[in-house]
Amino acid sequence: MATEYKKIYQRPYAIMPVMSGYCPGCLHSLATKIIAEAVEELGQQENAMHVLPVGCAALGLLYWRGDMVGAAHGRAPAVATGIKRCCPDRLVFAYQGDGDLAAIGLAEIISAANRGEKFTVIFANNSTYGMTGGQMAPTTLIGQKSTTSVYGRSVDEAGYPIKMAEIIAQLEAPAYVARFALNTPKGVNEARKGIKKAFRMQLEGKGFTFIELLTNCPTNWGMSPLKSLQYMTENTMKYFVPGVYKDVEVEA
Amino acid sequence: MAKILMKGCEAVAEAAVRGGCRFFAGYPITPQNEIPEYLSRRLPEVGGHFVQGESEVASVNMVYGASTMGIRAMTSSSGPGISLKAEGISYLASCKLPALIVNVSRGGPGLGSIQPAQSYYLQATKALGHGGFRVMVFAPYSLQEAVDLTYEAFEYAERDRNPVFLLMDGCLGAIMELVELPEMKEPTDENTKKWNLSKKEGEKRPPRALTPIYPEVILEMENKLRGELYKKWEKEDVKVEEFMTEDAEYIVVAYGIAARVAKEAVLTLREQGCKIGMIRPITLYPFPKQSFHKLDYDKVKAIIDIELTIPAQMRDDIALEVMNRAPIFEYGRSGGNLLDDDGVYDAIMKVIKEVG
Repeated sequence: MATEYKKIYQRPYAIMPVMSGYCPGCLHSLATKIIAEAVEELGQQENAMHVLPVGCAALGLLYWRGDMVGAAHGRAPAVATGIKRCCPDRLVFAYQGDGDLAAIGLAEIISAANRGEKFTVIFANNSTYGMTGGQMAPTTLIGQKSTTSVYGRSVDEAGYPIKMAEIIAQLEAPAYVARFALNTPKGVNEARKGIKKAFRMQLEGKGFTFIELLTNCPTNWGMSPLKSLQYMTENTMKYFVPGVYKDVEVEA
Repeated sequence: MAKILMKGCEAVAEAAVRGGCRFFAGYPITPQNEIPEYLSRRLPEVGGHFVQGESEVASVNMVYGASTMGIRAMTSSSGPGISLKAEGISYLASCKLPALIVNVSRGGPGLGSIQPAQSYYLQATKALGHGGFRVMVFAPYSLQEAVDLTYEAFEYAERDRNPVFLLMDGCLGAIMELVELPEMKEPTDENTKKWNLSKKEGEKRPPRALTPIYPEVILEMENKLRGELYKKWEKEDVKVEEFMTEDAEYIVVAYGIAARVAKEAVLTLREQGCKIGMIRPITLYPFPKQSFHKLDYDKVKAIIDIELTIPAQMRDDIALEVMNRAPIFEYGRSGGNLLDDDGVYDAIMKVIKEVG
């Protein structure tokens, strides 16, 4: 008797069947996958509307299967505002890096969050400008080296890494704000659930939802992929503490 | 249809709504505040959306987002704000998204003055953002013309998949005139349905992407198409008023509010027997080159560029077409000081005396 095989795992529909061009060990690939899974679990493949940023994550254009809009650097929340206001039934989400969101796009992210725009922003925080070659980001850790802080980030000159989840959580309007780290299977599972919850809350019209994902950049950190994950546990996660910072469903 | 008395900014806003505009995002700046104020109350009445953005940068990007969904969208500002919108306008052009951008101009450069001026000709026609793209620039000289151009603007924007720019000045924005408002157009995505990202309920279609990222080969091809589009505008879409130019020995060139003042001077001088006429570009881009080519330069003794700005900004475009066949003079006011009948008349008389 022939053995019957059951498919228990496959590439999510929302990801194109192509090779990833992200660097080896880069967690952008994983982030893309869990977002796609969350979209699929909610049956939103046809309804999703992806706003791409500038930076490495703009490569999503090559991997994502679904409607997409490319935004100017930092402006994804403004572009998403225009989209969601006109088409409130679509599942709209922006995926932004830390230079995009926490530096050039600060006004856009804070204002969209403060207006309570009913879309989701997924913030990939890897403490560097990946695409441009590893310059200091607003989220670069104290002492962390970059091409524009070769002796390590100094508080004196650059201040402290900016904690976006905490900042957004203290606004009145946002409905769900959480930070997850993608360097462990546990963190990945929690992140997937968090993204799914944010999308569900968006579809229920509950308000602005914000997911910060701690990721790595082995290439620009100058580390092996494995070492970069360890660095995240020992350094990144101590400063950017994972957790749920705001959840109106729990508060209620 | 009966004419009604309306203020410039509000007339433009109402014309946009009647032209199918259903999304506006903007940021306060004088002298265009009546546009967002009017639309904040008017758009919800017709099922549209108004957002007061956190900046001009954000506002133009909201328009960008709305436009991807096939919604007729506009923003408005004045010089300093238009500079901030330059990024978004370039992205609109890159992404081939229609939109209407209204600039109610004031004095410049920098913060300039909040009084009327025509200090943005160069910005509007040459440098609305990085990358070497162009947009059609409409420059009305009366509120009726502003209404009509605004009403048509979305058709051009969607036909060309390119933003359209309406360049008013603070005078036109603030004055009240009788206007005949056009019929209300029902919003439709007929012109954009082949590429926009909206979906009707239950609709399934292959995924679409609208991005400003192009592979080299495609970008070059797109830029060639842009070049062809701009040439086509020059052949087919120039709007210009040629006023008493046929036998003219003196040609005044002016647009917008300056043309209105200059026309008075031309009429006065005609009454005095002077052979003078006026070329009034209505599209600043495409520039009405033919109007200059067909002048009889055996007769034309001088060209006088009159603008509400110092130094004159349109002069280079005029010179390119006149090709040294007649001397060019300029007269203007700046800093928020207005052109007046006597000033313009005297300036023209000075040229006439000089040229003989």
